[in-house]
Amino acid sequence: MDMKVAKKLGLKERYTLMTRDLAWDTTYQPMDKVFPQVTFEGIKIHDWDKWEDPFRLTMDAYWKYQAEKERKLYAILDAFNQNNGHLSVTDARYMNVLKLFLGSTPPLELMAARGFSMVGRQMVGAGPRVACQMQAVDEYRHFQTQIHSISNYNKFYNGMDEFAHQQSRMWYLSDGKSFFDDAITAGPFEFMVAIGFAFEYVLTNILFVPFISGAAYNGDMAAMTVGFSAQSDEARHMTLGLECIKFMLEQDPDNLPIVQRWIDKWTWRGTRKLASVGMMMDYMLPKRIMSFKEAWEIYFEQNGAALFTDLARYGITVPKCFSQTIEEKEHVTHQSWIGFYMKPDATPFHTWIPGKEELDWLSEKYPNTFDKYYRPVYEFLDQQEKTGNRFNNKTQPMNCQVCVSTIKFNEPGDPMSTCFRETRYKGEKFHFCSDHCKDIFEHEPEKYVQTYISSHQGLQGNCAPEGVDVNAPDFNPGDHIADYWKLDKRATGDFNGSEDQKNFAAWRDQATKN
Amino acid sequence: MAIKALADYDFPSSDALENYKGKQLLYINWERHRMFSRPFVLALTPDTPFSVIVDQYITNCYSYHPDFAHIDWTQVVWQNSDTVFHPDMTKSLQENGIGHKDLIRFTTPGLDGIAGTGY
Amino acid sequence: MASNAFIAFQKNEETRCIVEAIVEDNPEAIVNEQPAMVKVDVPGRLVIKRATVEEKMGRDFDLQELQLHLITISGHLDETDDEFTLSWNS
Repeated sequence: MDMKVAKKLGLKERYTLMTRDLAWDTTYQPMDKVFPQVTFEGIKIHDWDKWEDPFRLTMDAYWKYQAEKERKLYAILDAFNQNNGHLSVTDARYMNVLKLFLGSTPPLELMAARGFSMVGRQMVGAGPRVACQMQAVDEYRHFQTQIHSISNYNKFYNGMDEFAHQQSRMWYLSDGKSFFDDAITAGPFEFMVAIGFAFEYVLTNILFVPFISGAAYNGDMAAMTVGFSAQSDEARHMTLGLECIKFMLEQDPDNLPIVQRWIDKWTWRGTRKLASVGMMMDYMLPKRIMSFKEAWEIYFEQNGAALFTDLARYGITVPKCFSQTIEEKEHVTHQSWIGFYMKPDATPFHTWIPGKEELDWLSEKYPNTFDKYYRPVYEFLDQQEKTGNRFNNKTQPMNCQVCVSTIKFNEPGDPMSTCFRETRYKGEKFHFCSDHCKDIFEHEPEKYVQTYISSHQGLQGNCAPEGVDVNAPDFNPGDHIADYWKLDKRATGDFNGSEDQKNFAAWRDQATKN
Repeated sequence: MAIKALADYDFPSSDALENYKGKQLLYINWERHRMFSRPFVLALTPDTPFSVIVDQYITNCYSYHPDFAHIDWTQVVWQNSDTVFHPDMTKSLQENGIGHKDLIRFTTPGLDGIAGTGY
Repeated sequence: MASNAFIAFQKNEETRCIVEAIVEDNPEAIVNEQPAMVKVDVPGRLVIKRATVEEKMGRDFDLQELQLHLITISGHLDETDDEFTLSWNS
């Protein structure tokens, strides 16, 4: 392989020639009419040339390296699939991680691609425009390769085929959809803080580093290779996000309060989004590398502290939610898994009670909380299941108006009580999971009154399949919602007794003898 | 704060009362019984008797919990959000002062979930 | 105490040489091996020198080839033809 770019100039000169020197100011129309989006948020920029991509990656080098990444990726994917790799994963429960990932992540990668395409058009400087263009292509690549790698599992396991239909309809996917909808409907600078900084720099380490390393640990070479291939782009994305923050703060002191508010908002929104990722790490990986709590400490508390200490020279302070996230790291994954376990008819993946050794692992990893609050309820639910009385809460959820999580998190300082917050706007009541979500709403109520809440839409009669009369006197939205979601019934319910469980055992048995 | 936008920004609430065709939303939560994860939501007409909430919806959802059989209903503390109130079982939601998107929380003294965990 | 700058790579034959080069050029480096990946932390400032990587690999190396193996970084980045540096000001 010849990876060398023909070098006549140094990296800095080449970057300048191939990015900034290719840009021009418009003359037929004034610049502020061509780029109207960069001013309305209140961010003041005086010199766009001060923005520089520290990777100094030019488009020609970008295509060269990305092509090489794709060749490596598909070589591994082909080998894995040709060798019936799906039977080499630790346990058929693992497939449910992929199902949750497929519904929740690739559609958001697509939204990121759309967002960076827009911001790449909206920004004035050539530096950020080129970097956004590269990131848009990256995100599109992630969206496609994630789906492509999981498509092989779709031939064998239930519940994967309708993820695109379900993404904008199902209750448990609304939090991620709302996160990106909120970001993409903001201005370009807020989008950069939301996705480039809070999501990429502060939070995605939790998703991709321990989780993808976890996929490798569980024998899933397909998810591992696609995850790491995507992740090789993330370092560049993180750098773009951090550069954007520094750029805004260096351009004008008036930008500080705006940037601080965005950091507070998006760190919190990202934290809420990651509750389900943490649950995948603690409950859904049959073999676990580290607990969500440990990952949070390494990648959020320590790494985040390094970042915010560094940004203190601009006047940036740690996000308001920082201390609450430290308290919650002991709780959120357990509260999330209970929330999914109790709805066996409402997800296209299976849930289960962890085995005794897994409960012991959780007790060890969460010494302050697991035995005190969570283990007794899991043991109770386990007994119930074994006597044929598996928990199935058939009611519809209450959701937070901002993050659209179900309202399931505890009151700070009181793990036995649920946290409720509310406010009134134009005579209507709105409910939140936390002080932070309430603050976000109160800053821009006009935006969040439009939130899509799946259970509410069902109760309005908007979630019935064709041919069902929503005005009939005996209409009950819960009767039709699974059809509206195109939920494969074989993919619902407890893992124990599922078709996936039986098939995996039978196929693995066949794989070891004639 | 008003939203900053490039153009006029005025969109209706997704959950305005008129979207529910004569019904209103009601949320129900049993405090310190977090096994049910989150409150549940109903759409009911305002003339629905409060007794229906208890006899039908609360019973259907929460009777799975072993504490449910031990509830002394004369001791239950009812709240509408943070405000304590005393519902009249024979009267309607409206007559009990319950409006669109109200959150009814009930606490059962002495019952704190499985092994006293709040779950 | 200085915050850690860090970098993580996919574990493969190329990154084995890169990690060896980092350890040689950064005496305070802490190497943390995890399934399929390797993470290297250095207090304050982490530098990858092209010349050292070339010596370990026994071939020419363009620092932009790091793009192929990167998983994550922490710290402000500065990249030239000869050095790839991550640092915290605090």
